[in-house]
Amino acid sequence: MIRQVLTRVPGAGPGRPRGRAIKDGIEEQRKFNRRAAEALVLVIIGCLLLIARYVYLQVVNHQEFTTRSINNQVKVVPVAPNRGLIYDRAGRPLAENRPAFRLEIVPEKVEGLEQTFERLAELVELPEDAVERFEAARGRYHSFDGIPVKFALSDEEVARFAVNRHLFAGVDVVPYLARHYPQGDLLTHVLGYVGRIDENDLRSIDAANYRGTTHIGKSGVERYYENQLHGDIGRERVETNVQGRVLNVLEREPPQHGEDLVLSLDLGLQRVAWDALGERPGAVFAMDPRDGSVLAMVSKPAFDPNFFVRGIRSAEYAAILNDPARPLFNRALQGGYEPGSTFKPFVGLAGLEMGIIGREQRVFSNGYYYLSGQERPYRDWKRGGHGWVDIRGALEQSVNTYFYGLAYDLGIDRIHEYLSQFSFGEPTGLDLQGENAGILPSRDWKRGQYSEPWYPGETVIAGIGQGFNVVTPIQLSVALSALVNGGTVYAPRLLMASKPAGEGQARLNHAPVARQIPAVQPENWAVVREGMRLVIHGSQGTARAVAPQDSYQMAGKSGTAQVVTQVAFEEPDPEEVAQHLRNHALFVAYAPFENPIIVVTAIVEHGGGGSRHAAPVARAVIDAWLAQELPQ
Amino acid sequence: MATRVSRLVPHWVGLPRLDPLLLLGLLVVMGGGLLVLYSASNSDMGTVYRQAIRLGIGMAALLVLSQVPPYILRIWTPWLYGLGVVLLFATWFVGEGQGADRWLDFGVVRFQPAEIMKLAVPMMVAWYLHPRVLPPGFRDLLLAFAILLIPAILIVRQPDLGTALLVLVSGGFTLFLSGLSWRLIVGAVVAAAAAAPAMWMFMHEYQRQRVRTFLDPESDPLGTGWNIIQSKIAVGSGGLFGKGWLNGTQSRLEFIPERHTDFILAVLSEEFGLLGVIVLLAMYVFITARGLAIAGMARDTYSRLLAGSLALTFFVYVVVNASMVAGLLPVVGVPLPLISYGGTSAVTLLAGFGILMSIYGHRNFIR
Repeated sequence: MIRQVLTRVPGAGPGRPRGRAIKDGIEEQRKFNRRAAEALVLVIIGCLLLIARYVYLQVVNHQEFTTRSINNQVKVVPVAPNRGLIYDRAGRPLAENRPAFRLEIVPEKVEGLEQTFERLAELVELPEDAVERFEAARGRYHSFDGIPVKFALSDEEVARFAVNRHLFAGVDVVPYLARHYPQGDLLTHVLGYVGRIDENDLRSIDAANYRGTTHIGKSGVERYYENQLHGDIGRERVETNVQGRVLNVLEREPPQHGEDLVLSLDLGLQRVAWDALGERPGAVFAMDPRDGSVLAMVSKPAFDPNFFVRGIRSAEYAAILNDPARPLFNRALQGGYEPGSTFKPFVGLAGLEMGIIGREQRVFSNGYYYLSGQERPYRDWKRGGHGWVDIRGALEQSVNTYFYGLAYDLGIDRIHEYLSQFSFGEPTGLDLQGENAGILPSRDWKRGQYSEPWYPGETVIAGIGQGFNVVTPIQLSVALSALVNGGTVYAPRLLMASKPAGEGQARLNHAPVARQIPAVQPENWAVVREGMRLVIHGSQGTARAVAPQDSYQMAGKSGTAQVVTQVAFEEPDPEEVAQHLRNHALFVAYAPFENPIIVVTAIVEHGGGGSRHAAPVARAVIDAWLAQELPQ
Repeated sequence: MATRVSRLVPHWVGLPRLDPLLLLGLLVVMGGGLLVLYSASNSDMGTVYRQAIRLGIGMAALLVLSQVPPYILRIWTPWLYGLGVVLLFATWFVGEGQGADRWLDFGVVRFQPAEIMKLAVPMMVAWYLHPRVLPPGFRDLLLAFAILLIPAILIVRQPDLGTALLVLVSGGFTLFLSGLSWRLIVGAVVAAAAAAPAMWMFMHEYQRQRVRTFLDPESDPLGTGWNIIQSKIAVGSGGLFGKGWLNGTQSRLEFIPERHTDFILAVLSEEFGLLGVIVLLAMYVFITARGLAIAGMARDTYSRLLAGSLALTFFVYVVVNASMVAGLLPVVGVPLPLISYGGTSAVTLLAGFGILMSIYGHRNFIR
């Protein structure tokens, strides 16, 4: 053991120590060892405290952190279902899905959104509202989800972007299935179209089921059958790294694709009706009176729905919106027309069934009808009148005075009571949203609408479908179907069958029966139908010009009307109003007379007389359907 | 010929006299560290090679320093300390680094002068106390504090609060081992705690943000709280036995930030579990204890104080890093000794262990 008494080493140390510092080496070593031991104790205590903390994290809270670690690495990615396809009754595709590319931006990964949008605009044509839409959509998406900014990229755009992709972190081209309507504007007012999901849509859908879906049915069949067409979302559990890049698909719950729909529409018949209208605005509605299925539904003019799918440019939209012919307006569904003389068969049937007038009872028409105590005459359309006519002749020649008197004798209450059974004044229940209810006036209705009592003169003109009456092409078709099928009022159906994806079994869809009108005397119904046959086949028939030669017999009734009310997208300007006040031509018809399989309502706006302008349209549709000579 | 060459080398150079126990401890920790680094770098052998080379350089420094007798070190101590202070002053004017001028660039070598101070400060305090009667009197204590504070203040200015505190702590250990009375030590700790609010005033905004995040990491889970949260998830999900080597999802999927540098312990905890943590901490305690034992063997005051401070400072690095990873301390840039990827820390630490080896090797050497 060496004792160090004086540790002063020459040449080292900070100068001379004060005085003579005597260090006790042994004592110092002893003290140091004790201190070192104390330090070691502290080290061990520190170590134990640390271990306690790690025990707390790794044992006590292990479960929680395991869960969070799994949540970290595993993400559930939505897999959008394929939208169901839509076919016509012959299986021809009306709405299909086409592979396309869209541009997506992942907000989290993009630095400088504004710049990115500016630079992107040089490569692809972005919608004007791309930035606003993007900002609006951000709330709905996770920051690691891609938000679509542009749909239906052209091949050129895809190529241009692919070359420059490395310059755009967080921007990607993503394949998807785009809705496409191969028939363009022919079916717009039936099928409607799909468009980007917006705030309005979000209120009515299950947002969880629509994660991953970008488009939703906005109108028409696409909207009415949205639930069936959309299907159910699938999920993929994927392992992702911190950047959200998918490394591995762990589990896959496939989406339930949307159901394919088969409509009762016939594409060929639709084309015939479309062509028959020509360039004139109007509507055609054709249905099968036996089962309430819709065979054709045309509203002209229309627009190409594909514009709306890919995102319409504002210039294109303005052009459609400002077109005086109003292509956005669905005349078949929302157009309300004064029924005019097309109302007469129903008023006549009411009179017969309620015993106001006999089947053989004749009434003299001298051209005028007066209400007692009034000087104002109600006129026939034919100067000098039609002479003696019964119900058949009154329908054949469309004798106003016959129906003035009949209506007056019935009274508005009974007219309303009887005709409301035919779905007049209420939506028929067609499987489309936004159907116009029309107006079947009554005392109550008038009091509610105008705070005025009902005047007898209003009953008189109601007999010939004028005044307050408003009907839709659908209502006329449904009512006429009931007239020819023995009183069965259908809620007409576009959907004939639906086929769930995967399993092969298609489900048939039948039009519900809204009500069955009891026939007091079936002969009354037959007599009215006979009157309608004479309209076409009688020697005095107002529409004898369109009579088919000898192949079959049809029956019908013309009408001339003003547009009284229309569900308008905007206030029409004064010029337009003037145009709208002109007469519209209406024609309702069915065939074959003995065993009807088709009922058609044709309306030609601003056409003038119904027999001259609307009857040929109805005839063309019926001809094509009976002969089954339909364009493919 | 051989004798002529031998004259050119100092007479004290001889065969390495290394402490086998300490060497074993260091090699085990470094070897295990490279394994963890391989996983933390997503199986990148390049990273592992680079770190192995750095550790090799550190081991070379260890071997060289182990040959230098403590009295030579003692003689050079003031010069080293002086050089460190001058370099710290130099960073004031020509330093580089992101937001903090910590680095000096000498063309071939870039290094942080503050690293020198981690060794130079305890050396200087030991040098100063060495000829004095221990425990030091009031005047000696004041001077020793000045030796601590000058570099600490220069480092705080850079700004690098973490390193400054560690430099303070390493010098403080020298004082502690010199036999300071417990009353004084407790008093100093209490005074430091009382001064904490005052320190807040002098902190930079990023430092305050770190403290705020530390106090409530969930307040900003995607921003500044991310590191702490993800690190805790990694540690906690490791459980008792861990997810297995190369199987840590937090690490492999890159959720742990700085996972091969400051947060490498999170990777280890995730893959090897509590068991791995305990084994590692036991190794660190073993190294520290062996360092203290070597200090106890030393025959002069300078060696004793220096060896003890180096061992304790080493352990403080461990505690600070492990606490940060476990969410007990704010995020301070203190690497896990001998394991975190990076050269400066490894070389400085191994140089420190070289001094310990030298003290061990020269324990019977009296001049």
